[in-house]
Amino acid sequence: MHRTLRRSRLCAPDSTAGGEHRQTGLLLPSKSPLFLTPGRWLLILLATIAVCKTAAAQEPPYFVTYSEVLEEPGNLEVAMKGLAAGPKEANPFFSPTLELEYGATAWWTTELYVQGQATSNDSAVFTGFRWENRFRVLPTEHWINPVLYVEYENISGADKSILEVVGHDSIADLQVSNGESRKETEREIESKLILSSNAKGWNFSENFIAEKRVNAAEPWEFGYAVAAGRPLSLTGRRRGCTFCRQNFSAGAELYGGLATAHDFGLDGTSQYAGPTINFNLPHGPALGFSPQFGLNDNSAGVLWRFKVSYEVQQFRDWFRFGRPQ
Amino acid sequence: MRAGVSAILLLILGAAVLLAADGGWLRKVPEAERKRVNPFAGKPEAAEAGKILFAENCAKCHGDDALGRHGRPSLRSERVRDATDGELAWILRNGNLYKGMPSWSSLPEPERWQIIAWLRTLPPDTANAVR
Repeated sequence: MHRTLRRSRLCAPDSTAGGEHRQTGLLLPSKSPLFLTPGRWLLILLATIAVCKTAAAQEPPYFVTYSEVLEEPGNLEVAMKGLAAGPKEANPFFSPTLELEYGATAWWTTELYVQGQATSNDSAVFTGFRWENRFRVLPTEHWINPVLYVEYENISGADKSILEVVGHDSIADLQVSNGESRKETEREIESKLILSSNAKGWNFSENFIAEKRVNAAEPWEFGYAVAAGRPLSLTGRRRGCTFCRQNFSAGAELYGGLATAHDFGLDGTSQYAGPTINFNLPHGPALGFSPQFGLNDNSAGVLWRFKVSYEVQQFRDWFRFGRPQ
Repeated sequence: MRAGVSAILLLILGAAVLLAADGGWLRKVPEAERKRVNPFAGKPEAAEAGKILFAENCAKCHGDDALGRHGRPSLRSERVRDATDGELAWILRNGNLYKGMPSWSSLPEPERWQIIAWLRTLPPDTANAVR
């Protein structure tokens, strides 16, 4: 996704620190009324949720790792993933990603991401979009359940969402000013092999990532993510409750880059690990939170991730006019 | 002649589709799975929990009353009532992906049994006895 060497050539860190003063296009100064703070992003999401009917979610509590769980057919999940960090020698930033995930069939889920980021003492920028598809390969459950993932990305170099780590992604990518980094457009095809298992309430998932840039001659980049999670209770209670254990799930994930086809390995990559927790409000949104810690010098110290998601159940029924209930 | 062959092929295809939609999944259930027994069978408190779980996870397609919505199957039909606990557990775990039923393997197994316990308390769907 981000490449340390190329980014380092672009400019020195914080070359425009102190404020981006252009208000053209989607580059906004941090004092602009259009600058979307985390609170404003949350308000937009809550307003979206307010017009919907009901919701529920039953996904493992992961932020980066994918499991075999697909969106239920006909459901539309609206989610906002946020990431905040204050990497060393770089300005603190907040990167929101709006997700629209639709269950096309029971074996195919398609998803659109729209992304941006706001960097303190710099600017807020729209960084691009992604279109993702996941396909369940086998029709029944097995000890290991494979899912194929294919994604097209059209994002600028200013993207700080860190939805995955591949190649030589590192902290140096976060030290470049938005004005410089957004000049670069990255069009990429990303594929993942998702392997997932369920045993005694636990979910174990492993992702192997391969990414290829299509608008520049660069080698394949690789990454990985592994996670495990479990609901805090495996049985339902006879009376509905909001804060009972069955509505919480917890886990941990570990992910990082594996460099490129030319220099496969862990050298010059960033690696993160951290606990995750999810809270599914009955008939309400699902909330997730995870502090993820950098494991080497190429990683940011801590990535603070959170997620608010809401399932619009049987969204496609909204378009079945005149059919009986 | 050619029209006749096409008609027969269409008939066979139609019959195959109908058979597949008509409880074809039951034939896929392994014998060992078929014989599994619900550990919560006959426990009213489990059925009550199952009712809540059903409302949260299943009612969007099958309706709060489990009679089915928008052409999705009734879970009070003769076929479902005749199915063993093990067969229902199998379909919940595996789904019927090409017929629109997702896998619920992410739901903990005890919760799936609780849902089955609640389904067993429902009266038959007389209007859709064959579905």
